[in-house]
Amino acid sequence: MDLLRFITAGSVDDGKSTLIGRLLYDSKNILADQLEALERQSRNKEDGEIDLALLTDGLRAEREQGITIDVAYKYFSTPRRKFIIADAPGHVQYTRNMVTGASNANLIIVLIDARKGVVEQTRRHSIIAGLLNIPHVIVAINKMDLVDNSQDVYNNIVIDYAEVAKTLQLKDVVFLPISALKGDNIVSRSAAIPWYEGPALLELLEQTEVEKDIDRTRGRLPIQYVIRPQTEALHDYRGYAGKIASGTWRKGDAVTTLPSGLTSRITSIETGGREVEEAFAPLSVILQLEDDIDISRGDLLVNGGRPPQVTQDLEALVCWMDSKPLQPGNKYLLQLGSRLVRSQIKDLEYRLDVNTLEKDLAPGQAGLNDIVRVRLRTASPLPFDAYTDLPAGGGAILIDETSNVTVGACLLQ
Amino acid sequence: MSNQHSYQSDYLDQLESEAIHILREVAGQFERPALLFSGGKDSITLVHLALKAFRPGRLPFPLVHIDTGHNFPEALTFRDELAARIGERLIIREVQETIRQRQLTEPGGKFASRNALQTFTLLDTIEEFGFDACIGGARRDEEKARAKERIFSIRDEFGGWDPKRQRPELWNTYNGRIHKGENVRVFPISNWTELDVWNYIRREKIGLPSIYFAHEREVLSYEGQWIALSPFIRLDDGDRVEKRQVRYRTVGDMTCTAAVESSASGIDDIIREITATRTSERGETRIDDKVSEAAMEDRKKNGYF
Repeated sequence: MDLLRFITAGSVDDGKSTLIGRLLYDSKNILADQLEALERQSRNKEDGEIDLALLTDGLRAEREQGITIDVAYKYFSTPRRKFIIADAPGHVQYTRNMVTGASNANLIIVLIDARKGVVEQTRRHSIIAGLLNIPHVIVAINKMDLVDNSQDVYNNIVIDYAEVAKTLQLKDVVFLPISALKGDNIVSRSAAIPWYEGPALLELLEQTEVEKDIDRTRGRLPIQYVIRPQTEALHDYRGYAGKIASGTWRKGDAVTTLPSGLTSRITSIETGGREVEEAFAPLSVILQLEDDIDISRGDLLVNGGRPPQVTQDLEALVCWMDSKPLQPGNKYLLQLGSRLVRSQIKDLEYRLDVNTLEKDLAPGQAGLNDIVRVRLRTASPLPFDAYTDLPAGGGAILIDETSNVTVGACLLQ
Repeated sequence: MSNQHSYQSDYLDQLESEAIHILREVAGQFERPALLFSGGKDSITLVHLALKAFRPGRLPFPLVHIDTGHNFPEALTFRDELAARIGERLIIREVQETIRQRQLTEPGGKFASRNALQTFTLLDTIEEFGFDACIGGARRDEEKARAKERIFSIRDEFGGWDPKRQRPELWNTYNGRIHKGENVRVFPISNWTELDVWNYIRREKIGLPSIYFAHEREVLSYEGQWIALSPFIRLDDGDRVEKRQVRYRTVGDMTCTAAVESSASGIDDIIREITATRTSERGETRIDDKVSEAAMEDRKKNGYF
């Protein structure tokens, strides 16, 4: 049994909450008391049916206002997999939340209302999925029952979306027709849509292969903490602890520390309290090295193929997440893995229209939910990979040093 | 290596590695962290994970127990034995002492719970030791308000949580920077479900207090729940105390935790029962959550864990 994280993109109107509720309900991941609470809340509704959408509503503040203010996480499992759903609201002003939810996702479900087809919001969600390099896309064409389960309607939407996917160079795009409300093609194939011969949504979620998405040849291990017992018996013990971001790490391998460039060899690897010969992402490990070299929190251990760049001058796409604007000249802390460095925005090159991919070449500043291309300089050399090339080594956050708030998501280029 | 090399990792390994990563971020980012230890299975699991994260070194934080005075004796014995066995520092602060010093009013009623009062002791303890991060065993599957809380959850100087002012949490990058007086609650097993915890306990052979397993106990039935007979609850005329075979699915105070009837004497039996059960963990065993739809949301805003 392994783990898959996915995000659902779409608005309440597309049936997103109903879809999530349906997945939890039909896979028997909703328990009796939760269901009772649902029935209680659904009682005021006219049709008397249980409103599965209520399952994903979180806080009282949200229920009262009928909105979702933030990313919520939901869990369910089947005998094959544990699933973590990041449920992010889809409205135009919530790019920030979607980027947050998408940052950890193996897969995205893009929901399209069969009556409306590909709309601006579909494009926006897909553009974000593309920017964040989500490896797998399931396009769920919903509310098929409302278009008489028409194959023509479905096919036209598939053709439209294929165009979008091509422009955005999305990888591994799969389509299916569903009705979240009726439960068609969610957990099992539905007789209502006989012309669709592919797997149901849950089967797709169970079958998508994710372990190939991680680069296994270029090793990246941000060091979080150095374990030094300093006891008599373990006087010289130094364990370099971190979570493997990518690559394969074996005993005897040569490793390089960045930014210093010092090299050594691995003498022992420990994960989960056991010594092992080999470890790979996403495991947390402790490495011991042959030589006593200077390594501390914030350093990056690398091995294997092409090394990262090490520079103070960076280019990045930034999703801005703060109400105070991003302006050239502003200084922020940049946190990449375990490394924290001061940085300054040198230039704001353009703003990306997340609906059309058009570039506004003289934006001046960036506001909340804008995606902009910037040039920045860091106070010390930063080892990194281009996000598009190796996401595990190129996603950073920007922190406002005065408010301490996370103000931006940085995709290094 | 050949093409058949498998890089698949088990979900429990992935959850374990995520939790260990979070614990090490706490050690790397904070000056004075603490691990809040309740004696329940989730915080016992946290200690197990912390040992994996930092051995052969020492834990970079003490265990802190906010003792309400209404605990199950079995949980307290377990706590002391665990702390002694691993040789780490255990700090205990008592709600009784806070009530005395600050002249707090204890709630009355049949099941007078100190659940709300323990927030006072927690905040006093945070101030006394200058803790900047408190690690806890809360999980997002427990409750709706928890589902929206960050792994690094920033609290104001009153311990208050503001759901609308949460920091976005991207990739596995955690921003623990705070102003003086603020502190961070850190939840390393946020992404675990109840069943994940039990499966992990089974796999790792983690010891638990005996009350998690079926035992005979004097209980009284109250609104469909079994409450342990203890000096902390009020017996009324007409209350019938019975001997039942029960176990606890969660371990909180004796006044606010209900038992479930069960003959499950081992972990395998418990996992079978939980898999088959149709009631959620908090729904079945927590009296304190039934107060209102938003009980947890309100308590968190007031500094609760």
